[in-house]
Amino acid sequence: MSVTRRLLLAACVAIVLAPTAHADDALDLRLRHLESGLRCLVCQNQTLAESDADLAADLRREVRELALAGRSDDEIRHYLVARYGDFVLYDPPLKPVTWLLWFGPFALLAVGAAAWVAVGRNRRRSRPDGAAEFEAEARRLLRAGATAPAEAGSGDAARKPLDA
Amino acid sequence: MIPELGHFALIVALLVAIVQSILPMVGAARRDHALMGVAVTAARAQFGLVALAFGCLMWSFATSDFSVANVAANSNTHLPLRYRLAATWGSHEGSLLLWSLMLAGWGLAVSVFSRNLPQVLRARVLAVLGMVAIGFLLFLLTTSDPFTRLFPAPPEGRDLNPLLQDPGMVAHPPMLYMGYVGFSVAFAFAIAALIGGRLDAAWARWSRPWTTVAWSFLTIGIALGSIWAYYTLGWGGWWFWDPVENASFMPWLAGTALIHSLAVTEKRGAFRSWTVLLAIVAFSLSLIGTFLVRSGVLTSVHAFATDPARGLFILAFLAVVIGSSLVLYALRAGAVGAGGAFAPLSRESLLLGNNVLLVVALASVLLGTLYPLFVDALAVGKISVGPPYFDTVFYPLMAPLLFLVGVGPVAAWRRAPLPELWTRLRWAAGVAVVAAVLGPVAMGRWKPLVALGLLLAAWIAAATFAALAHRLRHAPQRTLAAKLGANAPAWYGMLLAHLGVAVFVAGVTLVKGYEIERDVRLDVGQSVVVAGDTYTFRGVTAVPGPNYDALVATIDVTRANREVTTLHPQKRTFRASGQAMTEASIERGIGGDHYVSLGEPITGSGASGAWAVRIYVKPFVDWIWGGCLLMALGGFTAVADRRYRLARARRAEPAAALAAST
Amino acid sequence: MTLKPLRWLIPVVVFAVIAGFLYAGLFRDPREVPSPLVGKQAPAFSLAELHAPDRHLSPADMRGQVWLLNVWASWCVSCREEHPLLVALAKTELVPIIGLDYKDKPGDGRAWLTDNGNPYAKSVMDTDGRAGIDWGVYGVPETFVVDRAGVIRYKQIGPLTEQALKQTILPLVRRLQAS
Repeated sequence: MSVTRRLLLAACVAIVLAPTAHADDALDLRLRHLESGLRCLVCQNQTLAESDADLAADLRREVRELALAGRSDDEIRHYLVARYGDFVLYDPPLKPVTWLLWFGPFALLAVGAAAWVAVGRNRRRSRPDGAAEFEAEARRLLRAGATAPAEAGSGDAARKPLDA
Repeated sequence: MIPELGHFALIVALLVAIVQSILPMVGAARRDHALMGVAVTAARAQFGLVALAFGCLMWSFATSDFSVANVAANSNTHLPLRYRLAATWGSHEGSLLLWSLMLAGWGLAVSVFSRNLPQVLRARVLAVLGMVAIGFLLFLLTTSDPFTRLFPAPPEGRDLNPLLQDPGMVAHPPMLYMGYVGFSVAFAFAIAALIGGRLDAAWARWSRPWTTVAWSFLTIGIALGSIWAYYTLGWGGWWFWDPVENASFMPWLAGTALIHSLAVTEKRGAFRSWTVLLAIVAFSLSLIGTFLVRSGVLTSVHAFATDPARGLFILAFLAVVIGSSLVLYALRAGAVGAGGAFAPLSRESLLLGNNVLLVVALASVLLGTLYPLFVDALAVGKISVGPPYFDTVFYPLMAPLLFLVGVGPVAAWRRAPLPELWTRLRWAAGVAVVAAVLGPVAMGRWKPLVALGLLLAAWIAAATFAALAHRLRHAPQRTLAAKLGANAPAWYGMLLAHLGVAVFVAGVTLVKGYEIERDVRLDVGQSVVVAGDTYTFRGVTAVPGPNYDALVATIDVTRANREVTTLHPQKRTFRASGQAMTEASIERGIGGDHYVSLGEPITGSGASGAWAVRIYVKPFVDWIWGGCLLMALGGFTAVADRRYRLARARRAEPAAALAAST
Repeated sequence: MTLKPLRWLIPVVVFAVIAGFLYAGLFRDPREVPSPLVGKQAPAFSLAELHAPDRHLSPADMRGQVWLLNVWASWCVSCREEHPLLVALAKTELVPIIGLDYKDKPGDGRAWLTDNGNPYAKSVMDTDGRAGIDWGVYGVPETFVVDRAGVIRYKQIGPLTEQALKQTILPLVRRLQAS
């Protein structure tokens, strides 16, 4: 087959494919997105989109039919949750049971931020407890040749006068 | 005989570990040099014994000795040698032996590189490592003996899980364990310092390089696992927030926080009690990860065959090790001094911010990973926590952290006034804004999240160069070479690692923003155009492999009539197990990957009919792992070149003394 | 200030909580997904009977009695495991068992029952698996207990065991029959 003929054929195929492929594309993309947020119940580490399990194929068929029947993503998710429970959702719904899950990190961030500010305020003035002794010890270690692998930062320490 | 020799070596190793954990500890309490000296000998003997056991198991795999149950279950005579060797750590038992080997290896390293460490500290560190080793060796010998014999021996083995027959299996677990287990050294230093009641400069100085090396290995290990998942699962994903991935990621986050807080502790004496807690937490998370993978409390792709007895053993071990460490911490940490003063805007303060964000991120990952278990155990339902949750929670925490990565290196210790920071960073800010505006345009479509990602990536990269430029400009040396030479490798390591973060962020941003995934049905000769490239399906041919039969597809990729590449994705059916595996074919490039994998045959018997084909375009995906590699290289750079640093330290002495007195 | 010493205990307390949950997790199967249908009206279907394809059965036909729905298939390996228990249970005539032959070929299903014994009052064919999906079936075999009012009271995932039958299912059936 000559190159030109091959190209022509390719072009034909592309043209033939194009309209149908295009109509499907939007739906495929939508389903792909929807299904990759759903958990397969048989291969529980795979999304509905990836799983090769029989049930996953059946569920994909149901999901596609529901989508073609004009149901929204939320309605489709609801359809599955009604049958299999919240377990199918990789995105856990917000309800009292998941409040800690969803708000915990942000509450912790608030605590952390408060601690950051508090420490920043506290440390403005030097506190004698051990600081001087610590620095003396650090200096002694440096003088002792700073020995072996531990002294990753001596160059940095030496740089301090330049920074200051 | 070989397996019995291995088994015997493990028993002796256990006895040695007991000696290693008791005598030096007693010696340290009594200041008895002879008893403390036992630590070094015992650590070395232990490594020799565990290495011998490991070698025996490897030998059994290499020679396909199916009278060993572990070999019969995880190998096969048709398995290529490299996978027979890698199968040594392919099972629960073998990987646990690898764990023990790594632990003994780190103990050996401490015994070799700690000649200048105060003897009491060294004895205690090695004793703590010995205690950890006791737990793992007991676990091996009581519940997970890799040398159990089968009688009669089967004529053929059941073969290694096809998913594991991959170059990734050769490199990923050893690297990952090297990192995981490496945190045991930082842990041992922390415990030794707590026992001694002195969280002093020696402790911080000594912990630092060990932590950095372990962290670097862990970074490489995680990246290798990610690459492996990317090409082997056939879905082009590089991170799934799977419980087992999280189990390795949590120690990494803790380790990253630890590296930074150790810097403050070493230089300024601040955050001592916090740093010691992080050291305990990092290793505790390694242990918890081990539990999660092997106990079956969470469902995961990577999980080993589970057994409640094993789960119970590790949990008891966890409770003893982590529980007693944290009790010790509670008893001793209160007595620790606070360290030097610093302003609310200073390098100390910025590093504290880094720690707050990393620890909150870590807690979120932990919460998300364990939450299904919490809900189930309280019998209030059954939920799944997947990528949508982690994406929602994790990324907002990372954005401010990435901002700080740019600021930290140019901020001075003690006090870093805002005008000064602005002077040093203003052009970096300019570069970042330009990148955020133009980057997405260059990619063809402007997206706000891409703009944000590129803003942060460019910010880090530019700020890193700004830090370098600032140092060089203010160095007293005359020539550029001398100016460059005036900085410690540790400092360059830090810059390199931060640059790695920038590259990583750019990769993640671009692949998430512009990846194209198309699942198409292709007949022989049919083509499809994806992102301007024409993919033509030339059919499938059967090609036998060493222990599998493959169907190999040929797909030509052309752009504007010019050939780009030819891809050969495979579908392999393994003879021993009958399991099928997808092998994606990837044309890698610095600007992105062409990624093709075979789905299922749609018509015909497979060789001649139409196939479902997945065609993915992954822009800049390799930057993700390139970034990880730079981070790890940065870590290794920071601890490399010891003699150079020794010489420097001597010269730096007057300067350091001056610095300490200001 | 009195709280100060206590804050050093936070890490060990957090760890104790986590360890407690991990311990509890050891005794639970993470793969078992409880059905949201328990306590709800049994989903409707109208399916052809396996041995009389021209006749249809629906859950509404079972109103007024307590019954079991057992999901099985001739291709299902673990169904063999539980089958003798079902046959024995059928002999006691304590409770009618309806079989849902899930995604099976009718011929295969009938032959399988001939070979292994037929414990079912009636079996219906769910050839395309739709009724299975409506009932939230994800791992064959599964067994449902349905009360007089047509409400699902219990779901057993995986093969029946003697223990599950004696300790959970039969006491429940008796209680439901008594009420």
